[in-house]
Amino acid sequence: MTAPSPNPSLPLRTKIAATVSRGVGALSRATGRGDGSVIGGRIGLMIDPHLLANLAAGRRIALVSGTNGKTTTTRLTAAAIGVLGKVATNSFGANLPTGHTSALAKAGHTPYAVLEVDEHYLPQVLAATRPEVVALLNLSRDQLDRAKEVAMMAQLWRDALAAHPTVHVIANADDPMVAWAAYRCPHVTWVGARQRWHEDSWVCPECGAHLERSGDSDWHCSGCALRRPQPQWTLKDGHVVDPSGVAHAVTLQLPGSINLANAATALAVGAAFGVPVVDALPRLAQVKSVAGRYATVVRGDHTIRLLLAKNPAGWLEAFDMAEDAPTLLAINARDPDGLDTSWLFDVDFSPLRGRHVLITGDRAYDLAVRLEVNDVPFRHVRRFRDALAAVPPGRLEVIANYTAFQDIRAELDRVN
Amino acid sequence: MSTELRRRPDSALRVVWLYPDLLSTYGDRGNVLILAHRARRRGIAVETLEVRSDEPVPDSADIYLIGGGEDGPQALAAQRLIADGGLHRAVARRAVVFAVCAGYQLLGTSFVAKGAKCSGLDLLDAHSDRGDSRAVGELVGEVDPRLGLPPLTGFENHGGRTHLGPGAAPLARVMVGVGNDGVTEGAWQGTVLGTYAHGPALARNPAIADLLLRWATGLETLPEIDDQWPDRLRAERLAAVR
Repeated sequence: MTAPSPNPSLPLRTKIAATVSRGVGALSRATGRGDGSVIGGRIGLMIDPHLLANLAAGRRIALVSGTNGKTTTTRLTAAAIGVLGKVATNSFGANLPTGHTSALAKAGHTPYAVLEVDEHYLPQVLAATRPEVVALLNLSRDQLDRAKEVAMMAQLWRDALAAHPTVHVIANADDPMVAWAAYRCPHVTWVGARQRWHEDSWVCPECGAHLERSGDSDWHCSGCALRRPQPQWTLKDGHVVDPSGVAHAVTLQLPGSINLANAATALAVGAAFGVPVVDALPRLAQVKSVAGRYATVVRGDHTIRLLLAKNPAGWLEAFDMAEDAPTLLAINARDPDGLDTSWLFDVDFSPLRGRHVLITGDRAYDLAVRLEVNDVPFRHVRRFRDALAAVPPGRLEVIANYTAFQDIRAELDRVN
Repeated sequence: MSTELRRRPDSALRVVWLYPDLLSTYGDRGNVLILAHRARRRGIAVETLEVRSDEPVPDSADIYLIGGGEDGPQALAAQRLIADGGLHRAVARRAVVFAVCAGYQLLGTSFVAKGAKCSGLDLLDAHSDRGDSRAVGELVGEVDPRLGLPPLTGFENHGGRTHLGPGAAPLARVMVGVGNDGVTEGAWQGTVLGTYAHGPALARNPAIADLLLRWATGLETLPEIDDQWPDRLRAERLAAVR
């Protein structure tokens, strides 16, 4: 594989760091130690601490952040901006500065970059990459044994955005915490991207009074002036309505209404870069799966679909995506998942009643207790292949949290 | 414990979840669901009620549950519960209270939130302050033998330390984790019980759920139910920290 040459205008230290970073990434992949998306960036940043800023300079950049949907939305946004030219992107979900550094170094000089950013790192990455656009999807509880609580995260975003007033923010008007974080930004485009999960936005982040909700997505504070901003981009019956009022039929291979919302955000970011919606739509339609998410795999008599759900809001969306078919739920609680399974009681599993439900994973017993209390009958299996043996030929829907998902993906030969 | 019935035998058991709008961060709803589930399996009718912080607290329910939360909501919840008085009236007639984490702290005489000392509800002889480090991880304790329960298992995630006065007894002696102070964990006083095992603590401790149900109904024993899944979960969690 020939490495793309670094931008000739970069400082020598940056060129060396970028070259080493790419080399180590390739080594990591070749030796099977990883997919190379983190280690290269880590070593590059040791040689040149400004590597990310230097690699970002001269590119038009969009950042995508939020609790859920950021990998998918990054993929869709990169597809949309691909209409204009080459796009660097961290498409494997390596969403910390090391991953951004690797992605930019690996891509060489590209006019555009779309980067998925872990919500905790938005301030640093904003400062280092000086993006033109930041897309903010949603905020909800996730891995509370180590992550910031939702109100603290919204405050972190609000402060970070205040420090970068020239950034064009594209934000979900239907999530009160996101809306509050972006409320005072001088340049905001609001997307009515919906929010099925309401449990983390009962209380106004501005004044502490109750937030009142009405209809599908409208909300307002009962104690102060905070209310849902009027969105420029909206969703309607499988269509995305653009700011001029034109409704575009959106055809996606990705399931669920949440991905229509993710597509709306991607189209809004594309439009901010000058991509006409009609040019972006065919590109979005080509996205089939994202780092294994939504992938469909045929094994013998079974067609298996993989859905990743990492937190309560994500599980609600997964139930919306899953077909009425035998369903395997897999739960681990290793480091990347968070060690605490309490959140299982924040998920209402009743949409699965009447389906053939199987459970597996390191923490299947936590799930068993939850399902029993939820009146959802289930059967426990030790391994993924036991699940296949236990269901009739045909479809199997798999909903798993992070490492459980990766385990099953590995059993299916790292399907992408 | 007296065995007199504190509720009319013909009426449903009333379970109130206090302030889910302020104190519900870690699957706290689980405790409501588990209590209701275990009561119904015994043929005990249950009525559950969620009371928001802008609503009056009914003083006639049988069991009150309080969850965990961040400092701001915790301080606000304590202020409103003190001003309301409903929970105090309920406890005075020996209603049952089960509180976890931030909810446990606010039952004491005082606690610290956002660096400031706040008045608690004074329903437990205990006060809380800040520890040197956050306690995050598995929690196991040998429960007060007077309660006749198997070991407590849970997950804790808190920065507080709780100091018990003579009026409150520790719920458990710490085997793994921190609990109140690394030595004792949780507290009970009459029919008020608190623990640092956060979130759906009753999922791993069905015997505590049954204790609360026995206290609330006045029944000395409850019919056995199939506990194979909670038992497997307990065995796995206790083995994981051995």
